[in-house]
Parts: sequence; structure tokens; C-alpha cells
Amino acid sequence: MDERVEAILEKYHRNRRFLVSVLQDIQGEYYYLPKEILMQTSEALDVPLSQIYGVATFFKAFSLEPRGRHLVNVCVGTACHVRGAVRVLESIERETGIKPGETDSDLKFSLEAVNCLGCCALGPVMVVDGEYHGKLSPAKAAEVLKGSE
Amino acid sequence: MVCLQSPSELEKIRQDILSRRDPNKPCITICSGTGCCAYGSEKVFRSFEEAIKNQGLEGQIDLRRTGCHGFCERGTLVVIYPDETCYIQVQPEDVPEVISSVEEGKAIERLLYVDPVTGERITCESEIPFYKHQNRMIFGNNRRIDPKNIEDYLALGGYSALAKALYEMSPERVLEEVKQSKLRGRGGGGFPTGRKWETVRNTPNRPKYIIVNCDEGDPGAYMDRSIMEGNPHSVLEGLVIGAYAIGSHEGFIYIRNEYPLAVENVRIAIKQAEDYGFLGEDILSSGFNFTVEINRGGGAFVCGESTALMASLEGEVGEPRAKYIHTAESGLWEKPTNLNNVETFANVPLIIDKGASWYNQVGTEGSKGTKIFSLVGKVNNTGLVEVPMGTTLRAIIYDIGGGIRDGKSFKAVQTGGPSGGVIPESQLDLPIDFDELTKVGSMMGSGGMIVMDEDTCMIDIAKYFTTFLEEESCGKCVPCREGLKHMRQILANISEGRGQEGDIEMLEYLSSVMRDGALCALGQTAPNPVLSTIRYFRDEYEAHTKEKRCAAKVCKDLISFYIEPDECKACMICLRNCPVDAISGGKGLIHVIDQEKCTKCGTCFDVCPTRFSAVAKLSGEPVPPPPLSREVTREKGSEQ
Repeated sequence: MDERVEAILEKYHRNRRFLVSVLQDIQGEYYYLPKEILMQTSEALDVPLSQIYGVATFFKAFSLEPRGRHLVNVCVGTACHVRGAVRVLESIERETGIKPGETDSDLKFSLEAVNCLGCCALGPVMVVDGEYHGKLSPAKAAEVLKGSE
Repeated sequence: MVCLQSPSELEKIRQDILSRRDPNKPCITICSGTGCCAYGSEKVFRSFEEAIKNQGLEGQIDLRRTGCHGFCERGTLVVIYPDETCYIQVQPEDVPEVISSVEEGKAIERLLYVDPVTGERITCESEIPFYKHQNRMIFGNNRRIDPKNIEDYLALGGYSALAKALYEMSPERVLEEVKQSKLRGRGGGGFPTGRKWETVRNTPNRPKYIIVNCDEGDPGAYMDRSIMEGNPHSVLEGLVIGAYAIGSHEGFIYIRNEYPLAVENVRIAIKQAEDYGFLGEDILSSGFNFTVEINRGGGAFVCGESTALMASLEGEVGEPRAKYIHTAESGLWEKPTNLNNVETFANVPLIIDKGASWYNQVGTEGSKGTKIFSLVGKVNNTGLVEVPMGTTLRAIIYDIGGGIRDGKSFKAVQTGGPSGGVIPESQLDLPIDFDELTKVGSMMGSGGMIVMDEDTCMIDIAKYFTTFLEEESCGKCVPCREGLKHMRQILANISEGRGQEGDIEMLEYLSSVMRDGALCALGQTAPNPVLSTIRYFRDEYEAHTKEKRCAAKVCKDLISFYIEPDECKACMICLRNCPVDAISGGKGLIHVIDQEKCTKCGTCFDVCPTRFSAVAKLSGEPVPPPPLSREVTREKGSEQ
């Protein structure tokens, strides 16, 4: 087993009640949930793979597909919505060629629409690789992404 | 580091901290809440740090990162003590000037807040209208403390309520005090906190668990985040007091994974509280034990619901269950479990410290204390606002919020998140508390307050919330899963011009089934956005259905973009920016939008210079044909 997975499982004492935390840490390490690692987790925690799959597909934060180099989270919470988040999102979709939940074929961008980033005063907001960009216009959002390599 | 053994040791260390601090020494505080961080407050902080070091001022000026101050609209916020001089929108370039102004004791005019009504510059933070009309008894300490430094919290009397509870009060007495305070849960439902605690305490089964719900999924609300990030010890203190009252020795803090800074700050706070003896074995040598663990959510809105949250803590899929038996009797691992919201816990130390009768002086008959709202949307001063229960919507939106942006007119305010409703202008003088909001068809929820202006379409808002809830519905019960799907389809039909006679009635019927039949609060309250928009804005539904007209000009399928030939100066800006090349024209030729090609993205509308304002949105009327002559007629001397 990969030692990174080993360390994560040890951190949670191989206790199945920490399944969500274990998956979060795996995703933190690999940026998605690789199948073989889920199989190892299933064995280590003595939880059926079907149940792990259930949890992994229930919670939005998890991805079963590899992610792009840049994770773009566009806030579509209510405050951002009334300030034009829909059009910001459309502009980002045009720029990246993908829809929320998708990753482009050369693994550059993964796009997610999230329900609230909790900085509503700056809406519309997006977070690219952990960095916040606020008070966006459709053009400004596209501009930010153009600057990513 | 000493592990404190008694209330007197706590008081001693507090005096010790205070004696090391000179209240007259200038202290520059920089808001480091998420909002200000997004504006670049960290860069501002570093510039201050560097400048103070370079000028050898370390002993003369203190520097501190604080939690969110609330006035997020004008970040990065810098407040300088002891005078409380408040600078807004501070940039790293401003730092040298700020430092010399501190040394000279003069304020920098250009960085002060200007009252838009009087034009007056305001120096002192608490005199700014946004703050002046608030009563920040819960949230106010955020701006005074560094959330990563327990000493700041102790200096303000932190953990003295815990010491009082453990040493001067029995658990029953604590419980009684909270009951008498009439504190109601700040997370949404408004259930009396004391009664919930009492049920958990009186359930014989052991162990008992206690949970802080920081799964703030309500889009548009971020007060829990700001308390957790800005003053985590206040929540921890309330939590330990609660645990003592109900007889729990094990607690959990459930935080959204989208809030990394909150997770970090709480983690640090827990470590510090353990070191000082406020958490762990034999707290303050009182014989009471309590440990707490952090759990991160997985990004599911339904996990804010207590049973779903508990399922997720157990490592299961976060689905709710029917509450024939309350979680207070059988919750986490089928043990009695008490779950309260972040803000609820943050109220507890205050109640224990000052007493229920003091607390009762603030608020209305049925809702005591204050409430923090996140005032967002189309309002001038967006941010976090704490007001006594019973404050009117008008006072919040106009006195604190400074009215509607860009001179537009107020249309509605949405409260209570996806479970709440919209409140129209006619109800602006409503004194808001738990009961009044329910009466008008909305609810308190966790305190999101989204202001909407004339450019907001109510069908679009109803569709927005219904779509949100459809995605977030866990799918376990039929009324919620299917009801939301059908509601969303009907609303989509209406907004896309396929609305029919009878749609409104069908929406109302589906709503009643969901209210009666859904398993958890998510489904039961899901019709609120639809019902409240029908109740107050039925004419908009009818205009969409019968006239195919969207008055706010939001619903894409019902609007067209049109360039007014008389206004167009053929400047080529819209033409160049159109992402689908739908605009024809050229130098000296009036621009025309090809309606077939147009995707209605609105770019032309945005980029047309305001001095021309040639692009119009039309709805419910045909688009005029292109002008016969495309030549731009210029009046002599009117164009450069």
C-alpha cells in the first residue's frame, strides 16, 4: 500500500467512523479518489466498497475522476446569484470549454459551481487554486483564467 | 505555559496579561476575515510588519491580525487603537503613511469613511453608521482579538463564564439560567436552547454527546464562519459550559470543508484551550472532563440537518431520518445528543457571565438577545450586522445597509436561505424576530438577508432556490425528491416562456404535499421560496405566463438585446466583445444584433459606454427591424 494512504489510515486509527475524513485526506493528497486506493481503504477499514462509493458520490467535495491542474470554484450562492454569478459562470464555461463538475481533456482546469464561499460581500466570487477573486464581471473572470498556465 | 487550576489562577493570569499591555500604546489591527483576505489583507499585514521592523518601531507600535469586523464591503479594514481610527480599503502602498500618521497622532483623511448622506469624514470606527446602529454583543469582540492568540480572549475576560459555571453553579443552575435567558437556537428553527439541553440532560442513557453545527450551508450567510474564524474561543467556552450543563464529556465540531481558515483557527484554539486547562481532563481542577474533536463536512447542504449531520459523523452517507425520536434522546450512535449552532454557543458565555435577566433586556417577547445577519445582495454596505431582535428590516437595510446600490429601488429581501422566503417592500417595517418572520411566510434561518432590487426577477429567484434544493435533496423521501423536480420544471417552463394556465395552482398543490409529507426540514420548508414569491409577486408569475414578459429583464428566453439606432455611435466596442459575433456593423455603420445568433449573454449591454447606453433589453415586445440607413448621422461637433 502507498505509504501516504497508510499514514492517513493510521491517523484515524483505521476506525470506520472516520470514513469521511479519510476520504477527504485522500482527496487532499491525490486531488481525487483513485479506485485502487478506495479498494485498499475498503479492506483496511473493513467497509464494503459499495458503501465507500455511496459516501464518495453523496458528498459534493469528492471526485472519482482526476482533477485538472487548476481548480476553479465559482460561487453560485444567493448573494452572488443576484449580483450576476450566472453570467460569470457562463463566461468561465466559454473560456474553459467545460461545465461545472468537468475537467478539460488536457487536465488544465476543473470547474466546480459551489453554493456559497462565505464571502458574500465580494460577490460574484470565484476561488482559483485557493486564491479568492471578488467583485467579478464576466470579462474579469475570463481574464483571471487567461493568466493561468 | 501553566495549566490553570482554579478561577483565581485564571483571574491572576488575566491581570498578568493586562499588566503587560499598555492601553495607550498604539495598536494597528488588520481585519483578516475571509472577505478582507480576498482583498489582500495579508499583503497589507506584511507591509506593516516590515515597515515597523525597518523603522525600529517594534516596541512602540503593536500589530495584530483580527477576525472579521463585518464591514466587508470596504475591506481591507484597518483599525488603530486606542482611538479606534478606522481606515477603509487600505492597500499595501498606504502603509508608510499610516505608520507616520500613528506616530504623529493625526488621521489620514483620504482613508476615512465618508458618510454618503452628510459628506462628513468619520474617524472613529464605532461612529460609522454601519456600526453605530448595531448592538454587537456577540460579534463585537472579533475586531479586538487575534483569533490565534488565546491571551487576547483572556484579556477581555474570556473563560471567566466557564470558571463561574464550574465553581459557582451546579449543572442544573446553568441549565436554569439558559432556560430563563429564553435563548433560541440561531441555526434556523429557533428551538429554545434550554429546553433542548434539559431533554438531553434528563435522558438516562449514556454517554451524552454535544455537537457544534458549523455546516453553514445556507448560501448567502457567513456569520458562523466569521465567528469560528474570528473568535473561536467564545464558541469553545459556550460548548464546554453546555457540556457541563447536560453532563456530556465528548463533543464534536462539524465544520464545512469550504471553510479552511475556520478549521485552522479552531484547531489552534482547541490546542490552546487544552494547554490552559479549559478542555480535557479535570478542567480548571473542577473534576469535570470534556474533550472535543473537529470533523469536516463533505459539502452537502442536507448535513446541516441534525440527523443527517450525525449520520455523516458516524461515517455514513449524510441522509436524514424521520424524527419520531428526537436526537436529544437518541442521536449520535443512538445516544442522547445535543446539537446547537455556532452562534447559539457564542451566546452562552455572555448569559452565564451577565445573567439571564440582563440578557432578557435585549430583544422581543418571544426572541431574546441579538441576531447576526449577513446583509448581502444589492445593498450599499454589505457585511455582517448584529442587531437586537425586533429591529425593523428598514433599519437594517437603510440605516445600517445604507440603502440600495446604484440608486435603484428596493424590491424584496430574502431571509432564511433556501428554506425561507422573500419579503416585499410593504413589510419593511416588520420588527424581525423568529415569530414575525414566520408570520410573513419566511423564516429566520441562520440569518442570511439578501437584498434584491428592481433588476431581480422573482421567478428566477424561486427557480434558483428550487434548483438548489433539487440538487441538495438527498433523495431518500419521495415528496422532496419528486416534488422539487416537478416544481423546478414548472418554474423553468414559466421563465422560459412555456408557462400555462394552472401552473401556479400546481405549484401550490405540490408545496402542500411537500410540507406535509417530506421527511426532514429541508423538504418541508423547500416550498417557502416558491410560495412567498407567489404570495407577494403573483403579478410577475402572470406576466411571465400570459404576456411572456419578464419585468426585471432577467429570464433569458423572454428578453432580447437591441441596439437603439439613434443612440449607437458605431464605436465598435460591443461588436468586438460579442463572443458569438452576432453584431454586425462597422466604422460609421450603426451596429445591429442578429437575433438568431445572439445568445443573450449581455456582454454588449455591459460594455456599451454609459454615455451612449445604446444597448437596450426588451421583454414582452417585438424587436424593431434594423434601420433602413446604417449610416451614423453625426451632429456637427458632437463627436471628437
